[in-house]
Amino acid sequence: MSNLLNYTLRIADNAMILGQRMSQWCSNGPTLEEDIAMVNISLDLFGQANGFYEYASSVDGTKSADDFAFLRSEREYLNNLIVEQKNGHFGDTIVRNFLFDVYTVLFYTKLGKSKDEILSALGSKSLKEAKYHLRHSSNWLIRLGDGTQESKGKIQKSLNNIWMFTGNLFEMDVLDSEMASAGIGVDNIALKSDWDKKVNEILDKAKLSRPKDAYMQTGSKNGIHTEHLGHLLSEMQYLQRAHPNAKW
Amino acid sequence: MQNGNIKYVWELLHTVPDPEIPVISVVELGVIRDVKFTKNSFLIYITPTYSGCPATKTFQDDISSCLIQNQIENFELIIKYDPPWTTDLMTEETKEKLMKYGISPPSNIVICPQCKSEETQLISEFGATACKSLYKCKDCLEPFEHFKCI
Repeated sequence: MSNLLNYTLRIADNAMILGQRMSQWCSNGPTLEEDIAMVNISLDLFGQANGFYEYASSVDGTKSADDFAFLRSEREYLNNLIVEQKNGHFGDTIVRNFLFDVYTVLFYTKLGKSKDEILSALGSKSLKEAKYHLRHSSNWLIRLGDGTQESKGKIQKSLNNIWMFTGNLFEMDVLDSEMASAGIGVDNIALKSDWDKKVNEILDKAKLSRPKDAYMQTGSKNGIHTEHLGHLLSEMQYLQRAHPNAKW
Repeated sequence: MQNGNIKYVWELLHTVPDPEIPVISVVELGVIRDVKFTKNSFLIYITPTYSGCPATKTFQDDISSCLIQNQIENFELIIKYDPPWTTDLMTEETKEKLMKYGISPPSNIVICPQCKSEETQLISEFGATACKSLYKCKDCLEPFEHFKCI
C-alpha cells in the first residue's frame, strides 16, 4: 500500500467511524433538536469520509470508495481509538467529540496547506464543518460541566474515562513523519500545544478538572483497536457482507 | 453543439431549482463553479455545499435530466472541492428570495423572516437540513430557520 493511500485512509476512517457512532444517536437523542443535530454531524462526517475514500480509490486504482468502507476488517481500519469509543450517555458522547473536534480543527487547518492539492481541498472543506462541530460540543460541555451537581459529576467521570485515548491523536509513526516532512501530511506533535490550550480554556469555562496524563492507549496506526470497533463494523458492514455487491 | 452555447447551458442551469429550497436555483445557491466546453463536451464543475448534504446527489440528477430534456447529452459533471463553498457567494437578490420564502438568509445579524425583528434567539445549531440552524423570534415568538454562514 502506498504511503499516500495509507495516509488518506487514516483520515477517511476517522470521519467514517465517528460518523457511524453519531448515526447511532438517530431517534435516541435526549431532545428532538439534539437528535437532529447529532445526525447532521453524522452526515457531515460521512460526506467528509466519502471525499477522502474517493481520493483513496483514485490513488489505489482498483478499489472503490465503498470497498474501503465496507470490505475492510477491523485490523485494516486505521482510525484513532477515540472515535470508536461507545456513545455511552449523552455526556460521554459530548466529551469524546469535544476532545476529537479540537484536534480535527487543528488537523484540517494544517491539512488545508498540504502540498497535495486534493488533500488540501478536502482539508479546507472539512475544516468549515469541523469548526461548527466544535462549537456544538464545546457549548454542551460548558453547559453540562457548569450545570447541576449531577451533570457535573457525570461529565467529569466521562472525561476521566476517555482521557487515556487522547495520547493516540498525537502519535507520529514512520508514515506520519514521512508524509509530514514531504509537506503532504500533518505533524501531529506540533498540534499538541494548541490542543492543550483550547482544551484547557473550555474545561476552565466548564469548571471541570483536566485529568492527569497517565497510561495512554495506542495501536491504531497498526490496526490494533479496542474491542468496540469490531462490533461497530459488524453492524455497519452487515449488508455488504451478507449480500456481496448489493446496490441501492 | 458549439462553443457559444455555454451561455445556453448557464441559462438552463438557472432553471434547475435547489431540491430543498425550490425558490432559488442551483446557480444562485453557488454550487455551479464553472462551465467549459472541450472535446465536444460540456464540463460542468459543481461543488458540494456541506460534505454530507443529501441534496448533492439530487441536484446532480436534476441537472442531468434538465440538460438531457433540452437535447444536451454531451456533458460531464465534475465535483470540485476547491475553493470550498461559502454562503458569501449568495447575492442580495438570492438572500431576498430566501427571506420571502421564510428562511432567514446567511448574515451576522439573524433577522426574523416573519416580522423582520433583529431580536432573535438560537434554539439549536442544527435544523432540518445541514445548512440551516433553528431560531426563535423574541418579538413575534415564531420559530424559523436560518441559513448558516459558512
